[in-house]
Amino acid sequence: MNDITRSTTVTVQNPQGLHARPADLLARRASQFDAQIELIKNGESADGKSILQIMTLAAEMGTVLSIRATGHDAEQAVAALAELFESGFAENGRSHS
Amino acid sequence: MKFADFVSTPAIKAELSADDKEGVVKELVEALVGAGQIKADEREGIVAAIMKREELGSTGIGRGVAVPHTKHPSVDRLVGTVGVSSDGVDFNSLDGEKVQLFFLLISPPDRPGDHLRALENISRQLRDETFCRFLKQSKTAEDIQTLLEEADNNQFVS
Repeated sequence: MNDITRSTTVTVQNPQGLHARPADLLARRASQFDAQIELIKNGESADGKSILQIMTLAAEMGTVLSIRATGHDAEQAVAALAELFESGFAENGRSHS
Repeated sequence: MKFADFVSTPAIKAELSADDKEGVVKELVEALVGAGQIKADEREGIVAAIMKREELGSTGIGRGVAVPHTKHPSVDRLVGTVGVSSDGVDFNSLDGEKVQLFFLLISPPDRPGDHLRALENISRQLRDETFCRFLKQSKTAEDIQTLLEEADNNQFVS
C-alpha cells in the first residue's frame, strides 16, 4: 500500500498543557498506527510515539502544533490525535497534573 | 529551565534504600523536608497526592526514568530532587522496565508552565544516553550534582 502524508494543525486546549499524562495518552494513541507521526512546534519536531520527545516540546495551553503523519494509515492517525487535542485530554478544569 | 532552577542539591539521594514505589516517593519527599524545601507536617499530604497522581497512570516514562510529581499549595515555587536506585524499583513503568532514575517535582497549583518547562528540561537531557548512563552509575550526591551542572552547561545536549 502506498504511503501518504497528512497533516493538520491543533491547539493545546487543556490548562495544564502537554505534561506527562497527555504526552503518555498521545504517544499511546500514536503507537496504534503504522504511520510515522511527528508533532511540530515552531519548527521543532518530536516523534509522536515518544512520550520523552513530546515532553520536550513543553507545549502550554494555547500552543499551536502541527501533526504530520506519513504511512498508509496517516489519515486516521492525524484524525485520532487531533481528536485527543480537541477533547483537552479529558482533563479540562481538572486540578490534577 | 535548568536543573539548578528546581533541584534542591541537599535533597539529592544517590543511593535510594527504598525498594518499592511508595517507599521511593516517601524517601525523596523526606529528603526535601530535610533540605528545608517543604514543611515536615506537609509530607504525608504530599506523598498521598503524588501516589494519587500515579494512579492516573505511572510517571515511569521509560528508559528507567520516572518523574513522580504533584501540585501542592504548600510550595510557592517549583521544588524538586533527584534520586538514583542502583537496583531499580518496580514503578509500573510504561515500558515495564524497573526505574533507576527519579526526578520528583512539587509545583504550586497556579504555575503549570514551570512544571512543563521542568519536564521539558528533564526529558531533553534524558534523550542523551551518556547523561542517562552516567546518572545511573552515580555513587554520590556530588557525582549527581556535577552531572546536573554539566547538563545545565549544555555539555550533553547536541
